[in-house]
Amino acid sequence: MRILGLAVGLVFAFTAQAANELKIGYLSTLSGPAGAIGVEVRDGFNLALKMAGGKLGGLPTEVIFADDTLNPETGKQLAERLLKRDRVNLMTGVIFSNVMLAAWPTIQEGKVFYIAPNSTPTRITGPGCTPHFVSASWPNEGHHEAAGLYAKSKGYKSMYLVAPNYPAGQDATTGFKRGYGGTIQAEVYTKLNQLDYSAELAQIRAAKPAALYAFLPGGMGINFIKQFVAAGLSSEVPLVVPGFAADQDIIRAVGEPMLGIFDTSHWAYDLDNDANRKFVAEFEKEYKRIPSLFAEQGYTTALVIDNAVRAVKGKIEDEKGFHKALMAAPTRIKSPRGDFRMAHNGTPVQDYYLRIVAKDSQGRLVNKKIGTVAKGLGDFWAKDCKMK
Amino acid sequence: MTPILFFEQSLNGLQFGLMLFLLAAGLTLVFGIMDMINLAHGSLYMVGAYLMASLVQASGSFWLALPLALAATALVGAILEVSLLRKLYERDHLTQVLATFALILITNEVVRMIWGTQPIMLNAPAGLTGPVELPGGVRYASYRLAIIGVGTLVALLLYVLVTKTRVGMLVRAGASNREMALAMGVNIRRLFTAVFALGAALCALAGAMLGPILAVQVGMGENILILAFVVIVIGGIGSIRGAFVGALLVGLVDTMGRALLPIAFATVFPPQMASNLGPSLSSILIYVLMAAVLVFRPQGLFPARG
Repeated sequence: MRILGLAVGLVFAFTAQAANELKIGYLSTLSGPAGAIGVEVRDGFNLALKMAGGKLGGLPTEVIFADDTLNPETGKQLAERLLKRDRVNLMTGVIFSNVMLAAWPTIQEGKVFYIAPNSTPTRITGPGCTPHFVSASWPNEGHHEAAGLYAKSKGYKSMYLVAPNYPAGQDATTGFKRGYGGTIQAEVYTKLNQLDYSAELAQIRAAKPAALYAFLPGGMGINFIKQFVAAGLSSEVPLVVPGFAADQDIIRAVGEPMLGIFDTSHWAYDLDNDANRKFVAEFEKEYKRIPSLFAEQGYTTALVIDNAVRAVKGKIEDEKGFHKALMAAPTRIKSPRGDFRMAHNGTPVQDYYLRIVAKDSQGRLVNKKIGTVAKGLGDFWAKDCKMK
Repeated sequence: MTPILFFEQSLNGLQFGLMLFLLAAGLTLVFGIMDMINLAHGSLYMVGAYLMASLVQASGSFWLALPLALAATALVGAILEVSLLRKLYERDHLTQVLATFALILITNEVVRMIWGTQPIMLNAPAGLTGPVELPGGVRYASYRLAIIGVGTLVALLLYVLVTKTRVGMLVRAGASNREMALAMGVNIRRLFTAVFALGAALCALAGAMLGPILAVQVGMGENILILAFVVIVIGGIGSIRGAFVGALLVGLVDTMGRALLPIAFATVFPPQMASNLGPSLSSILIYVLMAAVLVFRPQGLFPARG
């Protein structure tokens, strides 16, 4: 045993030197009806990587992509493959919280840092918080809490909630209810990846709610909003959605029926700062489409990694130092969303805006910022994180 | 549950059932007449939807693209039958299942290579994107109503084709006793190809009509194929009438279960648990229905073989 321990110690001694290249394991949902989200985040990430000359933090960077197809079991296996076979020294990419929760124990065993470009389940950032998890997107309940604050400010007497039945769906309704604080007429949970909402829409019509809050990401949102409009409900019930249920990926697919839908987001394409103007212009040049908030998240994730790796001069094996650098990164980078900082549990504290789907000067459908809903809103569950 | 809500949910169930019927009709004929288990039936549904989406984009017209997509998928079906499936008729069911399962995998990959991994958009024809007012003040999606119309029309046409025409007589003869039909000099080979092409066209119709409501994506055929098999088992293998009744039963039970069970459970359990139990129990409901039918009528509701 002692010899084995010595050998292991030697191996660690060798690997503890500064890495001369960065190998990033990028686990994401890139196909299927929800795959559009993964593609947006990836494109934003790749754009930042390209603008940094293919080097994050000054190190040659290799990104290994793996597609979990929104299957938690596949996600877990792929995380294992990335860590054990490809020996990546950083991980990022996961879109859906059910995949995240399945892959998270594996990622933790691999003892690498994970930088979240999307899913930040409260189960990971609350009591289960660790220094290895840092989010460059938003806490799961953030957009929903902001949407709840907006619904409250509109004075809707009661709300009808629809969300898919998976961890982020439950985080969504919890967050919304905390922001809104009023009467909830009904909470309906649909199957994850359900495509036909006729039964749910009929129930909504019969219930005649004052307003409807629907959290249905990706393809689910496309189908829901299309069917919502086709059923004529858009003229009967005001619809409020979180930003990621009404962004460019969904606007592209649904088109004109989206006009006038309100949503809340930590970012808007017309946000007034230099970093954002540059990001939007470069993104449109590269991909010939308007970026969504997902693209911004991928982009900011790459900026955070770039800044933190540079701050520790490539010594990401120095866990304490790298964690400190990751936590400080948001205040040092120029993110398109503007200034934000990390709470002690590694989740962003940031502003949330109210947006409306409208036409821009070229007649394109875009999501315009029309106000600020919350300033410096952080993760409610940070209070349960005992980490200093 | 108000009468209006009940009426609207019935329409939803009817719409789903009629689309299931289009799939089940082809499946039951192939199974009943050729004694062939074709798992790749769902792939034809997917191919039909993809061809439809591409043709709508190319032509700009939904109604122009529809017959073209149907014809193209029928052609794909006929080619498949002549080149490959014909050789499987003589084999046992296990070989057929294996071979057609391989076809599912191959078709999925080919579609992925041609159209990519992202779902592609197929929008409802202009004029059918909004709701219509039905008597009694019910507002209902006009496109779903169009689906009900098309489904009913096709069901009627199939009924006439099978019961009133010479081709239909041959089909019925083949379904009830294949050897006898052969002995009487029916050109079974040509009949098989024709039936298979017809089944493919019906698949394409279901794919094309459901595309604007659901997503046109790789793997869309697998889930619905299982339901189509349930339908033909309930209805009686080889029977068009059985497929029709079975499809409507499955459609209504599925939709009503999805709508009613969560309401019933919500009175007892917290909402998350209720909406978890609702959908899972309503999908079990279909199989309970199938089991019950099989207990009392092992041949299905309308057995083709007497």
